[in-house]
Amino acid sequence: MKNKINHSMSLAKPDAIGVSNKQKIALSIGIIGLFILILALFNVNFPNKGVFLALSITLISMGIVVYSREAYLTKPEGIKNDGVWFKSISSRGVWGWLLGIILTVFYIVLYFFPAYLGLADNGSDNTGLIGLFDPLSKLLSGKPASQWFVYGTLYTLAILAFGYKFILKYKHNRYQQIRTVSVMFFQLGFAFLIPEFMYVLNSDLPYYDLKSIWPLNYYIFDEWSVKKFLSNGNIGLGFLLFGIISIFVITPILTYKYGKRWYCSWVCGCGGLAETAGDAFRQLSSKKMVAWKIERWLIHLILIFSVVMTTAMVYTYLGNSKNDFWLTRSLFITLFIGFLTFLFAGILFFKKNELGNDTKYGAISFFVIIMLLVFMHLTATTEHVFYIKGSSLRSVYGIYIGSIFSGVIGTGFYPILGNRFWCRFGCPMAAILGLQQRLFSKFRITTNGGQCISCGNCSNSCEMGIDVRHYAQKGENIVRSSCVGCGICAAVCPRGVLKLENSSMKGRINSNEILLGNSVDLMNLVNQNSNK
Amino acid sequence: MEEHIVIIGNGISGVTAARHIRKRSNKKITIISSETPYFFSRTALMYVYMGHMKFEHTQPYENWFWKKNRIELKNEYVNQVDVKTKTVFFASGNSLQYDKLILATGSKPNKFGWPGEDLKGVMGMYHKQDLESLEKYAPNNNLCKRAVIVGGGLIGIELAEMLHSRHIPVTFLVRENSFWNNVLPSGESDMLNKHIKNHDIDLRLGVNLKEIKADKNGKARAVIIEETNEEIPCDIVGLTAGVSPNINFLKHSEIEIAKGVKVNRFLETNIQDVYAIGDCAQQHEAIDQRRPIESVWYTGRMMGETVAQTICGNRLEYKPGNWFNSAKFFNIEYQTYGWVFAKPREGEAHFHWKHDDDTKCITICYDKNTKTFLGINTFGIRMRHDVFDRWLTEKRQIDFVIKNLSKANFEPEFYNHFETKIQLAFNRQLQIV
Repeated sequence: MKNKINHSMSLAKPDAIGVSNKQKIALSIGIIGLFILILALFNVNFPNKGVFLALSITLISMGIVVYSREAYLTKPEGIKNDGVWFKSISSRGVWGWLLGIILTVFYIVLYFFPAYLGLADNGSDNTGLIGLFDPLSKLLSGKPASQWFVYGTLYTLAILAFGYKFILKYKHNRYQQIRTVSVMFFQLGFAFLIPEFMYVLNSDLPYYDLKSIWPLNYYIFDEWSVKKFLSNGNIGLGFLLFGIISIFVITPILTYKYGKRWYCSWVCGCGGLAETAGDAFRQLSSKKMVAWKIERWLIHLILIFSVVMTTAMVYTYLGNSKNDFWLTRSLFITLFIGFLTFLFAGILFFKKNELGNDTKYGAISFFVIIMLLVFMHLTATTEHVFYIKGSSLRSVYGIYIGSIFSGVIGTGFYPILGNRFWCRFGCPMAAILGLQQRLFSKFRITTNGGQCISCGNCSNSCEMGIDVRHYAQKGENIVRSSCVGCGICAAVCPRGVLKLENSSMKGRINSNEILLGNSVDLMNLVNQNSNK
Repeated sequence: MEEHIVIIGNGISGVTAARHIRKRSNKKITIISSETPYFFSRTALMYVYMGHMKFEHTQPYENWFWKKNRIELKNEYVNQVDVKTKTVFFASGNSLQYDKLILATGSKPNKFGWPGEDLKGVMGMYHKQDLESLEKYAPNNNLCKRAVIVGGGLIGIELAEMLHSRHIPVTFLVRENSFWNNVLPSGESDMLNKHIKNHDIDLRLGVNLKEIKADKNGKARAVIIEETNEEIPCDIVGLTAGVSPNINFLKHSEIEIAKGVKVNRFLETNIQDVYAIGDCAQQHEAIDQRRPIESVWYTGRMMGETVAQTICGNRLEYKPGNWFNSAKFFNIEYQTYGWVFAKPREGEAHFHWKHDDDTKCITICYDKNTKTFLGINTFGIRMRHDVFDRWLTEKRQIDFVIKNLSKANFEPEFYNHFETKIQLAFNRQLQIV
């Protein structure tokens, strides 16, 4: 028995799945592409930046494409999870931690120290990594690159290249393929290209990713943003209205018909990255009951924070006099409290039974928000709300939720906490969509009678940390608010037990044990008991 | 003081019984197992070896669940049961008193007295310990150059898939002349033969194991094939020729046993206050077309639910509904509802449809005279359990089933549907007949 150390490039612990020579070459190509970026980061001044940027992007994409083709096209179609929990990178091993640290540091520098990336002081030229991206930025919009342009480009590249990998991985699954093409399309078009072109057409408009909806897009109702929209005539007004219609009209309708998946796993940029580049980390989300409890507190507190913060923001730049603008502070607060009351009363009226114990929490949340708003209105001065400057409330939210939670932790910790940490614990948009999905939607994951064997593949692959098996093994449908409808649980199920569908509201929530195959008498008895 | 219910075995049957007894009562419940401290899904062991999951993920309940529900777990090996004093004796020398005893000890892999069957590196694939043994003797294709699997059933093909995932070459010895064709109709079995070979498995049909040869350390080094005397060098041998009830420890008790523990329809043994459920139970007479011993996940679960009712004072007959089962053969999923036998029985006919790509097919069994729908096997196409369960209960006609097949479709959204093709094929077949 030989015990020679195996110098394989496989990141596997027992060398379960070998990396072929072709894949090693692909990895090398990709790393060379990355290396160009790293050289730029350390201020190597490339002579022809455009060429080197193109080379870098091409090499990185080529590496990923060749690697994926070798990984999936050489094998029969099916579920490709072999060795996921052996590979160091996807099981919180050394490589996983290393990647997590690199990503986290990158995000910290990106958000708080962009000068290290080469962002120019006023007037001078960009250097370093940002300088390398100048030619592309100038090509698209005519202006030099910013750290956000660099980030946007790399983000889009990741979604496109890893999206391609994901499509090959699920070459037998059309739901997965179409969904992935959708997130690739929305990222490339709506988040990356259209805002650049919009800038070319009208450089006064704020950056606006049409698919990024409040409260995920927490800055859309900022004073500068609203002013810019309003100072740009009909088109600006149109965009602002679209932003309002998105959250109050389009979102409820689509969520009613398809569940929150229409957004979270088909359109959203955060979701897009999680589903493509983050796919390898989906099994890392915690399925423990305690994680679910934390999730419910955290995400709803952040929702409340973002609602109060936004209201306060808008409130500070409104005036007290009707003569300046028809929407005064008092009118705004009255309208908003009226809207919330209407919403809450509606939910109570229609869904009291389904809410059960959660009614209490809902009522408390409602009460807290109303009290906060009333308190704010009573204590506000021209500049200050809650005794602090209106804008500082917004900055606190921007730094702690918008940057640190969603970026640094949300994405930087992919290899440690899973790929949907932000979506699950933090995203206020996901919270709103989730509430609606739970209460007013045709979407559910249907459990196929009694076929579940409790194997746990579904729970293991749920990126939102839902213990899918808990429901499936009882024959219950899954109607959890956090479900983003990625469909991987259904794909990996070895017994064909799960199906994502939009169907009638009747019978959607079945909390009884419905295990077919038993005699009807027994099932009646079992359910009699659980209904007590 | 509350009655003490002791359950031997923490598999799906025993645990389901415990859960349902807890739901209905405050009785004291103890589950004994020597295999693992906590309940896990046996069917998921393969995914641990394949690296899809870690072992802890195969445990459907978190560890706090048991304490919270006042179900005591005892890690002991039961040697003997004395029904007179209502005591179970453990290998450790300890013992435990019960008021009611539920035997849910499951199965053990079959061995047929092959020379060398107890060598190192020879294992079944049933217990957690089998997984550990496999991990020891076949961690990768350096230490295990070839594996031989003996017995072509559901566990055999799962073991082949497991080894394949670590790139270990597999020779698969199957006694039948086509894979699992004692259960599956020939069209389906044929399709699976091809699918197995497509995964580079060295599938040998119509052969038996003669003996397993040992190396000087007492570890398996080769197998000899009965028919040809061919010697196949290998590092491990998987014995997957079925399972049988795990009841040796009951031999000297007064509990009536045959192949399994004999029970009546109420899952009661010949001894008052002793019950048997799951794989280890043997019905005095088979229930409709089922086997007297059913070693299936679902039947274990149903028996657990039923016996819980009885123990909680609501004496209930074990009345399984329409038969169903499922499995997965490498990448092909299989579901069955109702009865489809390998060959149509007296008065029955089969309608078989297969997709050109050789990964999807269905077989529908119906009564030739009354045209009543009797059962369906489906490969590579997911179907709805509740729909077929209803159609079987309602005794629908084959024409109705074919016409409404799309209502039973359970495939993911955007998948291609084949109902039209199936209907065309069915009509064509009718015209020929």
